[in-house]
Amino acid sequence: MSFTGHLFLGLLEGGVSGLVIALTAMGLSLVFGVMRIVNVAHGEFFMLGAVFAWYFSSLTGSFYPALVAAPISVALVALLADRFILRPIRYAPEPTIVATIGLLYILQQLVLTFYGPYARPVAAPIYFRVDFPWFGYSGYKLVVAALAALLLAALWLVVTRTRLGLYMRATQQDREIAQAFGVPTERVYAAAFALGAVLAAIAGVLIVPVQQAHYLMGLDALLLSFMAVIIGGVGSLTGTLVAALFIGLIDGVMSVFFTPTLAKIVASLLVAFVLVLKPMGLFGEDRL
Amino acid sequence: MTVRVQSGEGAALAHANRLVWGVHLAVAALLLLLQFVLPPFHHGMLARIMVLASYAIGYNLLLGYTGLMSLGHAMFFAAGMYGTGLTVYYLGFGALPAIVTGLLASIAVALVIGWITLRTTGVSFLIVTMMFAQAFFLATLYFNRITGGDQGLVLAGRLPPLHLGPLTLNLAQPGVKYNVALVVFTACVLLGLWLVRSPAGRVLVAIRENEERARLIGYNTFHYKWLTLTISGAVSGLAGSTYTLLFSYLGSSFASILYSIYPLLWTLVGGVGTIIGPLVGATMMTYVVDITSGYTTAYLIVVGAALVILIMRFPQGIMGAVRARWPQWVP
Repeated sequence: MSFTGHLFLGLLEGGVSGLVIALTAMGLSLVFGVMRIVNVAHGEFFMLGAVFAWYFSSLTGSFYPALVAAPISVALVALLADRFILRPIRYAPEPTIVATIGLLYILQQLVLTFYGPYARPVAAPIYFRVDFPWFGYSGYKLVVAALAALLLAALWLVVTRTRLGLYMRATQQDREIAQAFGVPTERVYAAAFALGAVLAAIAGVLIVPVQQAHYLMGLDALLLSFMAVIIGGVGSLTGTLVAALFIGLIDGVMSVFFTPTLAKIVASLLVAFVLVLKPMGLFGEDRL
Repeated sequence: MTVRVQSGEGAALAHANRLVWGVHLAVAALLLLLQFVLPPFHHGMLARIMVLASYAIGYNLLLGYTGLMSLGHAMFFAAGMYGTGLTVYYLGFGALPAIVTGLLASIAVALVIGWITLRTTGVSFLIVTMMFAQAFFLATLYFNRITGGDQGLVLAGRLPPLHLGPLTLNLAQPGVKYNVALVVFTACVLLGLWLVRSPAGRVLVAIRENEERARLIGYNTFHYKWLTLTISGAVSGLAGSTYTLLFSYLGSSFASILYSIYPLLWTLVGGVGTIIGPLVGATMMTYVVDITSGYTTAYLIVVGAALVILIMRFPQGIMGAVRARWPQWVP
């Protein structure tokens, strides 16, 4: 295969994974922005999405019910975590980190106990092949990319055009003033946390036919979304989107030309240096 | 997460000073005596805990006294570990020169990483340190022909006995292990205590409380933070180096993100900004893991639940809660 072919493959793979990362990272960014907390268990919502997808699709024999049922189940888990862990500690930054590390352990171990240490595949709901001049490519991956893009657009509509979005933006700007104007901030927090978890879960569901469900798959998702959120600038959803695509493309292109480990080393260092040069991220607000 | 500055004049201050040093030395003396009464199993556990607590003390120097939260300390711990382990494995170094190379390796890494990362603060600092540590971890995997990668290297049988004057110490012996761990731990406690109570330590507290003002008064805040990060990295590296010598093993897992999270966890559980907090946190967490894994394979659920409950009941950590209730000279 020619250099152009390799480069195109790298860009394509990177673009697809970039959009999936964007979905997960958007969830983290939303929680980060609105609630000002670091949710270390965010990757576990991604993992739960994938595992529930396996469960529901093997229960019903079809992928489509899982696409709806898995994110809803994860939303319930998130709501419970918000109500019984995060709200009692009043979303204080450092206790939240410890508490969500605890939540991470609990969720991982529950999945290990009831689902087992296996990596299980789920059959893709659609098979077709797209032929490029250099290689054929899985059509399902392109559908995943398209769906992710669609969901991101829907999220943008929710944030900019709905009452919930308005409430969330108001709470993000100033929680107390928002409350004084009658915004039910506690419910906004719960909604933001659940919505963030749902986004991660959907990404998990979509990726299962490509990647298999495994109880440790959350950590990579967490690291990548962390990178996207910080590079994009905390509180900026646009920034997160751009950064996620940037990370996906770098990783994709590097993986085609170098060994995966070397590619990850270079990508990590690149991310670190971007942040050193622009500590507030590419699209960050001045305050943090 | 405030450090209580001892107030009072003259005699009262001297008295408080003596009390603080006394309490810390009493903890060390208690650990010294414990080895004669503990059954062998707990004896070994405590040796390991003291090394891990030294690591957490190193971590806490940065977090507690500058307010910078790092998620990359595993790279300093691992630098000490590889600096020591690789020289023993390939060059046949003895324990003392190997500790020195481990220390030098971690100081070198901390100097470079600090110079780069201290341009950022807050969450950015957290992520930048995490990314550098991730690159370091992946590098230990990438060069697996030298480092042994995931499998790691076993030092058993390669480490010559340590000659200290008339003494010949075999680091594989439990009694020697315990006391070496105790010496390292005590050294780290005293270093931490001295640093915090030195004039430089006061400047650090000032920087943590209000960096702008400290700079306005004329302190070069970057240099102070750089110094603290280097000392913090060196103490973490010393812990890594000791761990390798005492437990004869080095591997990539010690450079992974989990080992960056651990000291943060121990520190938060024990109490930020206290010197003894990390020991309490490390002891608690190690024992909780050990006891629960005896009853169930799903012990991580218990660990997770313990963390959640602990942080809901004592958001300031255990020592923070103790200090709020009892006199402020509690370490």
